[in-house]
Amino acid sequence: MAIKYNDPHPLEVKVISQRFQMANSASIDTYLATEGYDGLKKAITMTPEAIIDTLKASNLRGRGGAGFPTGMKWSFVPRTTGKPTYIICNSDESEPGTCKDRLLMEKDPHQMIEGMVIAGFTIKSNKGYIFIRGEYRYLIDIVDKAIEEAYKKGFLGKNILGSGWDFDLYTHTGAGAYECGEESALLESLEGKRGIPRLKPPFPAVVGAFQSPTILNNCETFASVPVIFRKGAEWYSNLGIPKSGGTRLTCVSGHVNRPGVYEIPLGFPMMKLINEICGGIRNGKKLKAVIPGGSSSPVLKADECVDLTLDFDALAKAKTMAGSGGLVILDEDTDIVAVAMRTIQFYAHESCGWCIPCREGTTWLKKILVRFHEGGGVQSDIDLIGELAANMLGRTFCPLGDAAAMPIGAFVAKFRDEFEAKLKQSRATKKSPDLVVV
Amino acid sequence: MADPIKFTIDGQEAQAQPGTLLINAAKQAGIAIPAFCYYDGLSLQAACRMCLVEVEKTPKLQVACTLPVAEGMVVHTDSATVKQARRGTLEFLLTNHPLDCPVCDKGGECELQDMVFRYGAGESRFRETKQHEEEKQWSPVVFYDAPRCILCYRCVRICGEGLGVNALGIGNRGSHAEIIPNKGDHLECDECGACIDICPVGALTSGTYRYKTRPWEMEHVGTICAHCSNGCKTTLGVRTGEIIRANNRDKSGINGEFLCVKGRYGFDFNQSPSRLTSPLLKTANGELRPVSWAVALATVAKRFSEFVAKGGRFGVIGSNHTTNEENYLLQKFTRQILKTSNIDHHRTGDLLGLLAALRGRKNTLATTADLSITKAALVIDADLSQEHPLLAYLLRTNNRLNKAKVWAVTPGPVREDSFATVKRAALGEEFKALDQLKDALAAEPELVILFGPSIKGPAVAKLVAFGDSLGIPVKYVCLLDYSNSRGASDMGLLPDLLPGYHNIADGGLSPGLNFDEMLSAPNLDALWVVGSNPLAKRPLASANAFIVVQDLFLTETAKRANVVLPASSAYEKNGTFTNVCGGLQKLTRAAKTMGAKSDLEIITLLAKEMRCEWVTPTVETVFQEIRRLVLGYDLPLAIVDTGGVATTTPATGELSFRASPELVRSSGNTLFTSGTMGKYSHMLNAVMEAPGALYRDPKEKSQETAPVEPAAKK
Repeated sequence: MAIKYNDPHPLEVKVISQRFQMANSASIDTYLATEGYDGLKKAITMTPEAIIDTLKASNLRGRGGAGFPTGMKWSFVPRTTGKPTYIICNSDESEPGTCKDRLLMEKDPHQMIEGMVIAGFTIKSNKGYIFIRGEYRYLIDIVDKAIEEAYKKGFLGKNILGSGWDFDLYTHTGAGAYECGEESALLESLEGKRGIPRLKPPFPAVVGAFQSPTILNNCETFASVPVIFRKGAEWYSNLGIPKSGGTRLTCVSGHVNRPGVYEIPLGFPMMKLINEICGGIRNGKKLKAVIPGGSSSPVLKADECVDLTLDFDALAKAKTMAGSGGLVILDEDTDIVAVAMRTIQFYAHESCGWCIPCREGTTWLKKILVRFHEGGGVQSDIDLIGELAANMLGRTFCPLGDAAAMPIGAFVAKFRDEFEAKLKQSRATKKSPDLVVV
Repeated sequence: MADPIKFTIDGQEAQAQPGTLLINAAKQAGIAIPAFCYYDGLSLQAACRMCLVEVEKTPKLQVACTLPVAEGMVVHTDSATVKQARRGTLEFLLTNHPLDCPVCDKGGECELQDMVFRYGAGESRFRETKQHEEEKQWSPVVFYDAPRCILCYRCVRICGEGLGVNALGIGNRGSHAEIIPNKGDHLECDECGACIDICPVGALTSGTYRYKTRPWEMEHVGTICAHCSNGCKTTLGVRTGEIIRANNRDKSGINGEFLCVKGRYGFDFNQSPSRLTSPLLKTANGELRPVSWAVALATVAKRFSEFVAKGGRFGVIGSNHTTNEENYLLQKFTRQILKTSNIDHHRTGDLLGLLAALRGRKNTLATTADLSITKAALVIDADLSQEHPLLAYLLRTNNRLNKAKVWAVTPGPVREDSFATVKRAALGEEFKALDQLKDALAAEPELVILFGPSIKGPAVAKLVAFGDSLGIPVKYVCLLDYSNSRGASDMGLLPDLLPGYHNIADGGLSPGLNFDEMLSAPNLDALWVVGSNPLAKRPLASANAFIVVQDLFLTETAKRANVVLPASSAYEKNGTFTNVCGGLQKLTRAAKTMGAKSDLEIITLLAKEMRCEWVTPTVETVFQEIRRLVLGYDLPLAIVDTGGVATTTPATGELSFRASPELVRSSGNTLFTSGTMGKYSHMLNAVMEAPGALYRDPKEKSQETAPVEPAAKK
């Protein structure tokens, strides 16, 4: 095959991944040689209002999953409370199918740092934290080194670029909980408490870290900020489609010939990504389904993907979501019951246990799906799975419950025939306890 | 009050103050929204998802416990969707719940049972294996059964926010999440059991109560705790005359559901095998032998009559634990029949000094309720959470909910340090600290000052002068030790003041000997001790005195007695107690000990035996007399009868008494000690290893035990 794993593809639009293939891409020298910190130099001459307006004009939307307009988020932060303010980078990348923040920190950490410094300057914050997923231990050294370099060059520390403004940046690791990717749970964890989500409102913009106003964005979001100031909001916005500006790192895994992380503009056709950039389904198989935005997004059947573009609104219209940008491609041989089981096993393991529907619902669903998958299913299970998912959906304290309920509900609704087939097969092998009266 | 917000709930128009949470606004409109984790006064969790309701124009069901009601809001609490959601949540809850209701302590008073009964999920679709965890014992009184736990976090919050102890937290995650005690596998805390009572299910159970009975087999008797002066209402669960449980889950008293370890577990002194059940008479060889009541009473009556006839010298020491009626009757008997004013009680705070310093001013004695609403409070020389747990709880809650300011001037660290402005001051050095706080205190709109035993004698007047100098309304609480310390004083168990602090000369009498003088007088003919243990730490100078003791137990004093009369405990009689803040509350008989009689009955029988012309008193007639004669006790009976609280206001005019600050001696009880009763409470002793030390200077304690020099003969 001509293109190897993770090699750039001609169809990609390399903006935030432009340095990934360079030698010593993580070093500040490489970064400075390729217009690094130019965005900050530009932003530092601007007023906070102008910075926020630029971000709004760029149509940059949060890359963590919810796709909230970043400029809007920054504008919510009150700047006159007299309290300290904080800039927090959510690098607790844990969504199954997602592996972009990892590359951003490994290959080009200065982009993220520069984005955070710009955010800090905007609200005159003096302190920032990069909350890195606990399992990404090796990245901490890389990011710490980048921070050290930035201090040496005066992009962090006292009187940054002669502006008279100080900004300190620290790394902090999670302890291995998916839940801490939820922003308020992340803040609890950062403060040294148990990682459970907070009651909202107030939102972190107003009451965030240490009871203070806080800008909290995903790693990729911060990494996307510098280029907007370097090349202009219009340029950035025009890369994507209206309302969804710029490019996005898309993580493709599953049954494709070239899985990997690819940077494509918002609004890129899904099938083009699968068939051209990723080289099509492996072994010449047919596509069965796509999980389009991390494991919590409802699955799409192959025929739903035909004319679909990869952006927040198009995927929302298809009743799923762009989420964290992690696509899982499933070929015709995939056992959907197994996928559903594996998915719920993850959420049952990661549910923090705070609220009843998520804590009990994920565990119950897991027990049913494991039994079902092992050939112990009964007819009533299929409806029950759907009903339990519906009993969780929209009723949990934080989105983790929804993240578990949505895909499970979709698997049953869209692939009911596979569940029925599994049941039939179970009965044929006499594993199914048909005699049990339900 | 702001203009009310108008909203619609289940088709009915309703109003609520802005900011009211929907769950409370609904309640005000007469509509119950079910919830587990929501608990009045504790922080919001939104964890149980039972209170989901439909609010028009919102896409999802809304959580009523965190949603403030808004103008024009249209709410549905009984729509098909809401009912389905409640069933769904309950079905989830029951998946891993063991459903061992038949053997669960909580069965019959379990909120989960009630919810399922009312809102459904009667059938289970759960066919998987339940997760099991072994039950854990965290302390002698607290057991935790994780599978029963629904994780509403009420226990975590009552312990942290309510008590300030923070002994409980959450461990593990997902379906393995559970409550974890502060020491990992066990608890070191106040052992107050609030976590057990607040638990909606049987996850937390009590070491004293578990597997003993079904709730419906008990009679529930509301009465007042027998231990400290705070006067918490406690609801005793009684089965066949035996007290099995104490709690106050119906919040029907000044304490709401608050009880400390003594109130909740310390009732077991009542059924201690050491209780006296027969009168004892000292034989010629000095042994105490059981005798009948007739013999015992006749013996006492004979000797008392002889002494009265020859004008002998009596000493009478009354109790901090007996009812107002008994105390009143005791002093009446002493003054009318024994014709002496040699009567006193163990004084644990300089209440007389305070009343004298305030000189008849109105509204200067704080009520228990004042502590919940005052804007500011100053605590001097008291480890409140150890010695006065209810007052500490009320101040802490007032601080948490209303931002009341609290100052603590104490010689050592106290729990209030976590939210109070603290000034460390050695005993006797308090006023230096107060002077430094003066400006801050004066800036408050009002102040309640609570002071402990180191403020006595001239220091009390000095404190009141300090209060006056602040130029703001100041109220005072003189901290006292025991359940009816205040009543003992109000009822005139004093050598120089009559009930209601009337001048003794008004009764045509002259002052008698005080507590120390009686013990050190060389020529007492008789010493009558009712519910007190003066000889535990002090010698009696009159070696040949005829000693009569009424008590629950064979105390050090009782062992020296010629006649011991077994008395009923506070849980075994009707009557009234007056708490440290003057709250008059009603006792209701819950239990009975065979052989013991109430002090009121004993005094009455003695009067009869001595052929006195007394109309046989009852609790009711004595209380009527108290209402008539004791200033401030003329309260609407309905208030006292219904177990409510009213506040006595003793005469605070010029008091004619000998200032005797040396008599003020606090027992220094902690959460885990309670005088004689505490010694006989198995549970209190079982949890004694938990932290319970006071900062109090050991030197001060030793003062209390030091022998007193005999006073010069009068």
